[in-house]
Amino acid sequence: MPWTSRPRRCPVLGDGALEQLKREGRIVVVGASLAGLRAAETLRAKGFVGSLTMIGDEPYEPYDRPPLSKGVLLGRARAHRTALPRLRSVDATWRLGVPATGLDMAARRVRLADGDDVPYDRLLIATGVRARPWPRPEEAELDGVFVLRTRDEGAALARRLDEGPKRVLVIGGGFAGSEVASACRERGLPVTVAERGAAPLVGALGGVVAAVAAGLHREHGVDLRCGVMVTALEGDASGRVRAAHLSDGSTVETDVVVVSLGALRNTEWLNGSGLGAGPRGIACDAGCRAFDIRGIVTDDIYAAGDVARCPHPLFGYQFLSLEHWGNAVAQAGIAAHNMLSESIDRLPHMDVPAFWSSQFGVNVKSVGVPSMATDILISQGSLDSRRFVGVYGYQGRVIGAVSFDHGRWLPFYKELIERTAPFPPQFPTVDRHTDGQQPMDADFPDPSVPSHGPTVTLSGYSPADRRMTFTPAH
Amino acid sequence: MSIAVDLNRCQGYAQCAFLAPEIFTMHGDEALLYDPDPDEAQREKLAQAAAACPVQAILVDAVDKPAEAVPGAR
Ligand SMILES: Cc1cc2nc3c(=O)[nH]c(=O)nc-3n(C[C@H](O)[C@H](O)[C@H](O)COP(=O)(O)OP(=O)(O)OC[C@H]3O[C@@H](n4cnc5c(N)ncnc54)[C@H](O)[C@@H]3O)c2cc1C
Ligand code: SF4
Repeated sequence: MPWTSRPRRCPVLGDGALEQLKREGRIVVVGASLAGLRAAETLRAKGFVGSLTMIGDEPYEPYDRPPLSKGVLLGRARAHRTALPRLRSVDATWRLGVPATGLDMAARRVRLADGDDVPYDRLLIATGVRARPWPRPEEAELDGVFVLRTRDEGAALARRLDEGPKRVLVIGGGFAGSEVASACRERGLPVTVAERGAAPLVGALGGVVAAVAAGLHREHGVDLRCGVMVTALEGDASGRVRAAHLSDGSTVETDVVVVSLGALRNTEWLNGSGLGAGPRGIACDAGCRAFDIRGIVTDDIYAAGDVARCPHPLFGYQFLSLEHWGNAVAQAGIAAHNMLSESIDRLPHMDVPAFWSSQFGVNVKSVGVPSMATDILISQGSLDSRRFVGVYGYQGRVIGAVSFDHGRWLPFYKELIERTAPFPPQFPTVDRHTDGQQPMDADFPDPSVPSHGPTVTLSGYSPADRRMTFTPAH
Repeated sequence: MSIAVDLNRCQGYAQCAFLAPEIFTMHGDEALLYDPDPDEAQREKLAQAAAACPVQAILVDAVDKPAEAVPGAR
């Protein structure tokens, strides 16, 4: 459908324009989930009384995803009852169950799959990521093969686990895969985890901590296979998965496979729009304003949450893509604030990344960007006891920290990261049972060797991101 | 009634699990598990737990959900 250019109201320029935007502007949010909802709430809280449209391809009101791999799989919560709490009224027009399929930046309109298009004065893109599917479509479609990102996927997997499968195979030992394996073991189900890297969580936390994670898996009865790849899934005559073949020549008989190979960013709908969006996400400035493909920042298009990639001053201004709940909330607040602010009043998103997970009854938390580090020092507790804090260092400074059942200490380490404190940290450790105070190689895998993928990605410019043919006019 | 817990903030003090054990339970020493959509009958206890959380990590509905944002409605 060709775009018709229409005269547009432009409340951006001139005196009182901002007031006019707040009073009668049109704001459209694409992606009606965590970031979208929190942004909408912030817009209303900041006095926006114009029209607000929430577009979401899922048919559900915004819901929370972390419980899907935790409480839901344990049968302690139900997938269709994880709606996000409403912190205030957003008074929006909801277009749910219909994906956005295109963006016309010149005409300021979002095209929807049902043929409609929605005009905006300010646009927030919060389309997040989706689970990376099993690469071979015929095998991915076998009955019993699951991914876990959405409420429907969570419900379907929980139902299948209720039926008591004879074995579950988890492909990928990242946070999500480890949580799935943990829940299955707690339900008494036999589980195999196949991880391409040397140990679970190795991409996110490095080999030293990953060895502890591997111990947790094994101690809880997980059949953990590392350094192997699943090469093929095999179905029976009725199209149900029955076995998986591994690169070491072995076969795992299984009737449930959970593919947990990381995520793909939902940016395809922006192809050809001229926005700086690609497989690594939507490039934006520290104030969440999206760049166009020419590298010029837009004034009316913002991005927040898992789909955004923003430069971070604490981490060398590298573009960071984070798949973290807290990041989605924080960026949504910043984007909403900036949309309604004069340039001088805009705020940067400078939160230190933070993440939690729980698996095998252990509370795992991290702050900063561990995957950027080269060294680690166990500053409290001990690896053997699986209760510890590890501090990550990079070029002589503290860049991240991880805790296993030592979460209360993390705010202290977060402050060290904010202060760009030197590494190794210069404080005497408070407890005796440390693994010495010597930094060691954090043992991150070569980033060019794919594993399940960390949930933080440093994504500086790469020509592979380009979605345009670059032909300068002059 | 929907709730979400900001587990980045949560320090595992278990106040909530003490005040509203039907909704919040500790999983191991520090990890918190919770029911994201507790029964209406728990409202009072939930309010107490949310108020007692020392880091205010428990997020609870402040308003009712609009009809147009529920499944099936457009
Ligand atoms: C199983 C699981 C467990 C997790 N556990 C943790 C955890 O323990 N700790 C933590 O910090 N984080 C965790 N996360 C990550 C956290 O849930 C995400 O960071 C967060 O959901 C990001 O929110 P978002 O709004 O940016 O994106 P999303 O939640 O991905 O939402 C994006 C929405 O946009 C929709 N959409 C996509 N394309 C379109 C389109 N073209 N048109 C309209 N709508 C579209 C999507 O369907 C989706 O509903 C977990 C995630 C999962 C899946
Ligand atoms: S009271 Fe707050 S900090 Fe304590 S366990 Fe509950 S949510 Fe966490």
